[in-house]
Amino acid sequence: MLHFERWKIIAILLTVATGILFALPNFVSKERLASWPDFLPKRQMPLGLDLRGGAHLLLALDQNEIRKDWLQGVQDAARANLREAKIGFSGIGIDGNSVKVTLVKPEDAARAETELKKLISPIGNALLGTGGNDLDVAKVAPNQFTITPTAQGFDQRLTNATTASIETINRRVNALGTAESTVVRQGTDRILVQYPGLSDTRQLKDLIGQTAKLSFHAVHPTLGPEEARASRIPLGYKIFASTDTERGAPPEYLLQETVIVPGDDLEDAQPGFDQRTTEPIISFRFNTAGARKFGKYTQENVGRPFAILLDDKVISAPVIREPILGGTGQISGSFSVETANNLAIQLRSGALPAKLTVVEERTVGPSLGADSIDAGMRAGLVGLAATVILTVAAYGTFGVYAVIGLMVHGILILALMSAIGTTLTLPGIAGFVLTIAMAVDANVLIYERIREELRAGKTAIAAIDGGFQRAFVTILDSQLTTLAAALIMFWLGSGPIRGFAVTLSLGIITSVFAAVTITRLLAAMWLKNAKTAKGRAIQVPI
Amino acid sequence: MFLVPDFKGYDFFPHGTRLNFMKFKNVCFFASLALMAISLALIFTKGFNYGVDFKGGAMIEVKSKQGPANIADLRSKIGALDLGDVQIQTFGTPEDVLIRIEEQPGGEAAQQETLAKVQGVLGDAYEQRRVEVVGPAVSSELRRTGTIAVFFSIVAIMMYVWFRFEWQFAVGTLVALAHDVLVTAGIFSLFQMEFDLSIVAALLTILGYSVNDTVVVSDRIRENLRKYKRMDLTELLNLSINETLSRTILTGVTTIAVLIALFFLGGAVIHNFTFAMLFGVLIGTYSSIFIGAPILEYLGVKRETVVGSEVKTAN
Repeated sequence: MLHFERWKIIAILLTVATGILFALPNFVSKERLASWPDFLPKRQMPLGLDLRGGAHLLLALDQNEIRKDWLQGVQDAARANLREAKIGFSGIGIDGNSVKVTLVKPEDAARAETELKKLISPIGNALLGTGGNDLDVAKVAPNQFTITPTAQGFDQRLTNATTASIETINRRVNALGTAESTVVRQGTDRILVQYPGLSDTRQLKDLIGQTAKLSFHAVHPTLGPEEARASRIPLGYKIFASTDTERGAPPEYLLQETVIVPGDDLEDAQPGFDQRTTEPIISFRFNTAGARKFGKYTQENVGRPFAILLDDKVISAPVIREPILGGTGQISGSFSVETANNLAIQLRSGALPAKLTVVEERTVGPSLGADSIDAGMRAGLVGLAATVILTVAAYGTFGVYAVIGLMVHGILILALMSAIGTTLTLPGIAGFVLTIAMAVDANVLIYERIREELRAGKTAIAAIDGGFQRAFVTILDSQLTTLAAALIMFWLGSGPIRGFAVTLSLGIITSVFAAVTITRLLAAMWLKNAKTAKGRAIQVPI
Repeated sequence: MFLVPDFKGYDFFPHGTRLNFMKFKNVCFFASLALMAISLALIFTKGFNYGVDFKGGAMIEVKSKQGPANIADLRSKIGALDLGDVQIQTFGTPEDVLIRIEEQPGGEAAQQETLAKVQGVLGDAYEQRRVEVVGPAVSSELRRTGTIAVFFSIVAIMMYVWFRFEWQFAVGTLVALAHDVLVTAGIFSLFQMEFDLSIVAALLTILGYSVNDTVVVSDRIRENLRKYKRMDLTELLNLSINETLSRTILTGVTTIAVLIALFFLGGAVIHNFTFAMLFGVLIGTYSSIFIGAPILEYLGVKRETVVGSEVKTAN
């Protein structure tokens, strides 16, 4: 085990050199790094939010809302299809997890089934055998059908909604500043938002916590909500609550259910101030389609009020004074500067498919992060010093070799983490410090073995060789089991556990490398040197 | 060679020790069984002081901007919000305060509303250093995955030991590991120290360390079984423990030195974590000497299989 072929020595030295190259950027400031030539690695190990400060928000989509919206859509489509085919129905409504349709005449059942089945769309991949339908149409009585979303169909819907949400949130979060925030999917219906440097999450949560679905509705020309409720709400109309707190504004409106212009037709929204009242307002612009629809409506309804709804609540109900043909307008709805700002961002980035709730929040202020780095560094240095002193005291010159191996271990783990881009967290620092102790363990095993062999009367060469060889099996067994535990931590763990598991796993690998190659190489070189210098009777400095 | 002159290290530990560890095995078994039983009883009666990770709720660490924090004032103000169980205490220095609020009824959104209320009360007098809010869905998930992680780790390690050694070694390892995890968890229950995600990480690392120790001893036992074919098993186990004693102690001392540095200098955030590790390393060392190895005596190791497998590998 003590013979090293030349190519092996070169390979080891190359590994160490590459390690140094990749570890180096961590010790240089970002500005200096920019001036480095391009062929050098420049990646620094990214710091976790707990060290640099920042916000971590885990959001979950409201599954019930998505299901409700879908069923609502299915119900509307079913109604339209049946009407078009002139099939009479006495009832259509959402019943639990399905839409129930009751026909007037059972004779229409066959035709109705064909009409309702038109709503079904295939999903998945037929070639892979994962195909299926998103809806299930079933005849439950001679004149009754149910349309039920399949589990598979719902999953797909959820996935799509999450994807759409990620895009929207990305736009909203980016509008907040230039920080390198990340928005990623986690599982089917969760989204993780990480925002470095942000310690007050209130505005961020305001921004992403609202669906921000804007729509424009016609107000019933004669009837008010009270009168409608007293007699009967006219078909196609619905009562909506208002959030407009201005004096004289009614708390409710009777509005047409179908929109004049949907929020999707909005192209731009900017916060501003009303020139007359200096009140904060939002000015918006429609796209061509929206502008045409809005122009046509306003032309035909001069003098009448219309309502602007945000998330199904009236925020403003102005009277049309003149036709608005340019496709631009403004909303004044008792905003503060901040709410106007937020709303403009939300409108620009589009509506979310459903409400998002924060299910987990972790925020670390910048000062705590800096304190943690300091504490971690200090503890690391003291721990390292203690280890070095103990090792050198116990094993003399060979102890120094072990310390050199330890340094290589440190460099390699730093290099690996920088190259892979693994985030360093506070538990990660603890994991790193712990691998120092584990790296020493490998050397202790080897050196104790060498001592044993020496005591058994073996020659220096035989003892060193035997020590490395026999300890190797033990090292492998003991470190592989620890590695197994670390990998399970990584697999199952979240957040802090993961950071810890990553450093621990990488550390186990680099520490074994350092102990069985670097230290062995140094020991072999010492032996070669000693043989030529002292002849046969060599005293091992251990 | 090179720049380093040859010098011998100081041999800290007397070699050729023949301490009779096996003599204590009955006492140790009894003591360990009692400890495990007490720990289990504690866990089931007293339970854990779960942190927000597992219990849900909110934790806010704040630093007073001017002078020491007025805890009494904070207590009365936050108490007025009527949020159920609220703990307010200083954290490290008189300026730092840790506020814990139990999970509020009303699902995910209720936790956020509570946070907003408390933040409103804190106002500008305090700097928010850390905020952790975990809703009911996430906390129950973390509890589940945490338990699974510990369980699977023990199983995976046991399988590995079974694969590499004989089943008797796997049983010894299993008992030793279960012992370490249980007793460490018991300490957390006894002193009602906060039990959160980082403690699960600590438990898993303790598993790793303890199995490391057990494997080193087992390795030596296996080797000695091949070497001394006629030695009495008790004597052989004793010899193996003695032979690996210097490495057990030296590695233990180094690890503990590093952990002590982390404990005193690593900051309050990882205090409980390092405590768990410190305790675990001590108990892990104990268990590999006094539990893992002696169990082999009870189970008996068939030498033929051990020796036989060596013949196979040699061919």
